[in-house]
Amino acid sequence: MRGATHARWAVCATAAALAATACGGGGDGGDSGGGGDGSGVLSSSWGDPQNPLEPANTNEVQGGKVLDMLFRGLKRYDAETGKANDMLAEKIETSDSQNFTVTVKSGWTFSNGEAVSAKSFVDAWNYGASLKNNQKNAYFFGYIDGYDKVHPEDGGKQTADTLSGLKVTGDNTFTVKLNQKFSTFPDTLGYAAFAPLPKAFFDDHATWLKKPVGNGPYTIDSYAKGSVMKMRKWDKYPGEDKAENGGVDLKVYTDNNTAYTDLMAGNLDLVDDVPAAQLKNAKSDLGDRYINTPAGIIQTLAFPFYDKNWDKDGMEKVRTGLSMAINRKQITETIFQKTRTPATDWTSPVLGEAGGFKEGLCGDACEYDPAKAKKMIADGGGLPGGQVKISYNADTGSHKEWVDAVCNSVNNALGNDKACVGNPVGTFADFRNQITQSKMSGPFRAGWQMDYPLIQNFLQPLYYTNASSNDGKWTSKEFDDLVDKANAETDQPKAISLFQQAEEVLRDDMGAIPLWYQNGSAGYSDRISNVALNPFSLPVYNEIKVS
Amino acid sequence: MGRYVIRRLLQMIPVFIGATLLIFLMVNVMGDPIAGLCGDRQCDPATATQLRKEFGLDKPVWQQYATYMGNVFTGDFGTAFNGQEVTELMSTAFPVTIRLTVVAIVFEVVIGIALGVITGLRRGRPVDTGVLLITLVVISVPTFVTGLLLQLLLGVKWGWISPSVSSDAPFDELIVPGLVLASVSLAYVTRLTRTSIAENRRADYVRTAVAKGLPRRRVITRHLLRNSLIPVVTFIGTDIGALMGGAIVTERIFNIHGVGFQLYQGILRQNTQTVVGFVTVLVLVFLVANLLVDLLYAVLDPRIRYA
Repeated sequence: MRGATHARWAVCATAAALAATACGGGGDGGDSGGGGDGSGVLSSSWGDPQNPLEPANTNEVQGGKVLDMLFRGLKRYDAETGKANDMLAEKIETSDSQNFTVTVKSGWTFSNGEAVSAKSFVDAWNYGASLKNNQKNAYFFGYIDGYDKVHPEDGGKQTADTLSGLKVTGDNTFTVKLNQKFSTFPDTLGYAAFAPLPKAFFDDHATWLKKPVGNGPYTIDSYAKGSVMKMRKWDKYPGEDKAENGGVDLKVYTDNNTAYTDLMAGNLDLVDDVPAAQLKNAKSDLGDRYINTPAGIIQTLAFPFYDKNWDKDGMEKVRTGLSMAINRKQITETIFQKTRTPATDWTSPVLGEAGGFKEGLCGDACEYDPAKAKKMIADGGGLPGGQVKISYNADTGSHKEWVDAVCNSVNNALGNDKACVGNPVGTFADFRNQITQSKMSGPFRAGWQMDYPLIQNFLQPLYYTNASSNDGKWTSKEFDDLVDKANAETDQPKAISLFQQAEEVLRDDMGAIPLWYQNGSAGYSDRISNVALNPFSLPVYNEIKVS
Repeated sequence: MGRYVIRRLLQMIPVFIGATLLIFLMVNVMGDPIAGLCGDRQCDPATATQLRKEFGLDKPVWQQYATYMGNVFTGDFGTAFNGQEVTELMSTAFPVTIRLTVVAIVFEVVIGIALGVITGLRRGRPVDTGVLLITLVVISVPTFVTGLLLQLLLGVKWGWISPSVSSDAPFDELIVPGLVLASVSLAYVTRLTRTSIAENRRADYVRTAVAKGLPRRRVITRHLLRNSLIPVVTFIGTDIGALMGGAIVTERIFNIHGVGFQLYQGILRQNTQTVVGFVTVLVLVFLVANLLVDLLYAVLDPRIRYA
């Protein structure tokens, strides 16, 4: 075979060519720095969104990041205080906490020139609620009258396509009728699911999904799915919160460790999720350019109340005892490098005291006290079967480390090596599977990231009887009544105090053990400044300045 | 030879069906993927049912498999959970991985065989011992250690390369990742070539060639190397498939959005369509690579004939 020789030479030549260009790449951030005139483009780490990018279909942080830049809703949460301020809403009026009249500011448009009207909201909400559109956040519209017709709970045929509780009454006004009293309803409207949608969304859905069009300070310049989304400042944006930079390139990273490495090498401007392994070095690597601020996230341990062993009399003592056996302070300091704060209630510090956060509401039950813990557990009849197994998903989020630490802490308190063990579940989907099918036999990891900064959001979806995220199926008539009363209360301080009373009911029964509040952590390059994380632990992109 | 190729191609059909069925069943026993789609909260039951119907998850497994295979033959690999066609994912992932694999294979062939020949001819000399030691180290150090170390040194400390590969993943950015990916196989190729060369050096035909007075170069390349390459070619052939599907560690470290990354995402999200689709293509790559290797035998050693 004479050709073989030629082939070999060809291979060698290719290799030589490759070697010649070796190490030729690199060092090129790819962005043209635009000086301090607000035209510079920054790059930020991103993850591949799990769902199509529709407002009512996006329920995770990565997709949420884009929606936050692309859309503005009726309300917007203050980046510092978390307070819901009017954005597109001129006013939202009610006299009975059940019927609301919304007036939309005039003069707003989508980036394709179409005006944002009352209809843009009503159409978007109807779309989000309708069962046939498979929107994963449909339950957000569950308070609106007629939801059961457009989204029958049993999955049967829907008898209406639009919510009967929504009525367009003018170009810029519409009314909302809720199916129950809900005084803080207007404050929920800052959530992305309530964003308005342009006609293009309904006319040509497939094209819109390829390159979504919104009404926020940024527009999408190009979107290569799975690799990079280039967002650019929208010059004609009518809002006050115009982008202070020329745009943001969201780059998908296969691993947040790589993103951090890229930041260190100067190829990336912003990492909004410092990997756990790097937390130790972040402070010395980045100095002032490392942010570690509270976010509206709380980690808890939930219990399977559908399991007789965990629901019998006296078990509240065992649950409280377990809570006391956990050395939260030590775990948050050693494992999480202070990016978590020991929890002393079931909400989050981002709510602020006025919003319902009450430090120390949990009291002794959340204080580490091994001696008392041991006694409480013994008083309550001991651990069911002599052992607790804490279930967690092992695929993401490095949960193994803290679950092992919690177990260690419990074992030390009880003086028994086998009192607590971790029970890893292979994938998140399987973990959720076991939870939804009520198959848990012991406590399991539960995390809650708030949808909107309201105390209601930390309590009702999680602990109200049969609520959407009440995974442990904890139930208490007293708690439910207090929540109903709080929702009907129009006076906000009173409503909050009722919610706190409900929280005390939860504490006395230890319906779930609060572990710690989670912080958002981010690091950035010296090219950019004025970086902050909002209470949802998302960077406030429009305020970032590129030098 | 033609009949042999046809027979081999026909044999691929049962292998192909068996492999995809196995993958299909394996992904299925992992449970209901819809449960993981709504994050840390439960999808409301009506939406979950609706989604199950949309992805065909409400049907019995055999029916899902039948529908899936039916669609595959028309070129429809289904839709991933984020609304993207799996074929679209493939069209972005495979070119990147193929480039990475090409770089890795070139390293294996060029460096691996060259080192193998040098050491095989100088058995027991310091060069041989040195290379043997180095390959031993390369084989025993896990890829992620080499990868992270090179990334840290070349990318961050010295700034010679970019620590991450951009989304276009051009050849020049893939050199270091390709070297990392190739490193272990490269060591094996070196050792295989060395042994084979050392063994054949004393063969009759080499002695004859030398006795004929052929130049040393010609003896080595045409007579010795060609005959020694059969085990090496076998190894490299199977390695093509392994590199394409098994690059997950390297791809994660260097931020390469290739097949490994898509497979990993697919498994995490329990996305049957993505996983089965990608594995189906990988199975094909394996089968074709094996066929090519078998055909190459005849080129290297004409005594091997196919009935």
